[in-house]
Amino acid sequence: MLSVADLKKGTKLIIDGDPYLVTSFDFVKPGKGQALYKCKMKNMINGATLDRTYRSGENFEPASMDERDMEYLYKEGTHYTFMDQESYEQVVMEEDAVGDAKHFLLENTKVAVLLFGDKPIGVTLPNFVNLRVLQTDPWVKGDTSGSDSKPATLETGYVLRVPPFIEENELVVIDTRTGEYSTRVKG
Amino acid sequence: MPQSALILRAQVVQAIRQYFTEQGFLEVETPLLIPANAPEEHIDSFTVLPCWQLQTSPEICMKRLLCRGHQRIFQISHCWRAGERGSRHLTEFTMLEWYRADADYGILMADCVGLLRRVAASCIADGTFSRFGKKIDPHAKWAHISVQEAFLRFAQTDALASAENGRFDELLVSQIEPALENFMVPVILTDYPAPMAALSRLKSNDPRLAERFELYLAGLELANGFSELNDPQEQRARFEEANQRRAAADRQILPLPERFLDELSAMPPSAGIALGVDRLVMLTAGVETIDDVVAFRPEEL
Repeated sequence: MLSVADLKKGTKLIIDGDPYLVTSFDFVKPGKGQALYKCKMKNMINGATLDRTYRSGENFEPASMDERDMEYLYKEGTHYTFMDQESYEQVVMEEDAVGDAKHFLLENTKVAVLLFGDKPIGVTLPNFVNLRVLQTDPWVKGDTSGSDSKPATLETGYVLRVPPFIEENELVVIDTRTGEYSTRVKG
Repeated sequence: MPQSALILRAQVVQAIRQYFTEQGFLEVETPLLIPANAPEEHIDSFTVLPCWQLQTSPEICMKRLLCRGHQRIFQISHCWRAGERGSRHLTEFTMLEWYRADADYGILMADCVGLLRRVAASCIADGTFSRFGKKIDPHAKWAHISVQEAFLRFAQTDALASAENGRFDELLVSQIEPALENFMVPVILTDYPAPMAALSRLKSNDPRLAERFELYLAGLELANGFSELNDPQEQRARFEEANQRRAAADRQILPLPERFLDELSAMPPSAGIALGVDRLVMLTAGVETIDDVVAFRPEEL
């Protein structure tokens, strides 16, 4: 168990069955009053924020998390299926929990899946992934619009800005942390 | 801490000294190591030698000076409160206290206005305090709100009932103080429920309330003042009650300041107030944490 005095920014705890991440924490004490702890938390499953004021002496259950190497297999409706690289066990994650990672997931991509108990709640992608450009307009030589980028649709359906010289069917490197084009794949 | 904050801190302390000296107050120094603080339910002191504690406030000795006939006294001293550490709390901090004989809490409110205007004028280029980027102008008319009014307006509940059911502090911190952040002038929150009276006198026309006020700037509690209780029996009963509540909560029972109780009947009707100097420097410098206004944080010693 964690006591309220053990909480700090970054602590993970369970509230009403859900894992929460403490995003800010402060000791407060009104004049002549009791010690209180103001806590801002984020639900690690749906991202909802929560503000609570606790008294000293309150206890919390820590949320233990486990990160496992997995391979993305396939998607069915809003369910994404991953396979544990060691146990070959399959887990199914809701689209909400996959979050922005869905824009960069191709079958057989190796990822890290964050588990809260048996429940997968998040995906960490490699920082860079290679994805093929499905559609982009050709570069018109002598274009005087002054634009130094153009939209492109990737094989995952994700649309982003790429330099004008990128052509359809080309492989590009995407930074998954920002969702932006990084470079073209030489080859 | 940037060097500028250290310079500002010295200027604030100088402005405080000049202000009170001009107002005819005597600057006093009382011992920091004392046999007994005023027992309070929620304040823990450090016992550093058998039977000797670091002061949590200079109030006991300063009131004994009033008993000896001093009329107007002030002191800037260090105080220690065990377990208090946060963005606006240090276990060792600097307190300004001043006391007036033959006065009540209304005069202290006027002192606060004079002091803050002087500090702002002497130490801040544009003459206004700031916090979270908001400006608080001490030269404008201050807001006076009763605790009851604040609870009804900002927490949609009754202050006296909240004091009875134990939710007072929680509501103050989660509803009232955030609402006070939006005031562009200093706010005086007056007339606390009697259970929060501490060492203050109850109102003669309504004993459910105490003649106690808190000064807030942008939601930051800066000072706590009251008309002082000078009835030794009543004071002893309140100390014993504080100890009973401490015992019920498994907290240490505190010794009573017996000499203070012996002399208290000689104290004229008086008023006294404690103001957090570190917090005043925070507001003067416009910084958000108390760590930014001290030469050393306890964690770096």
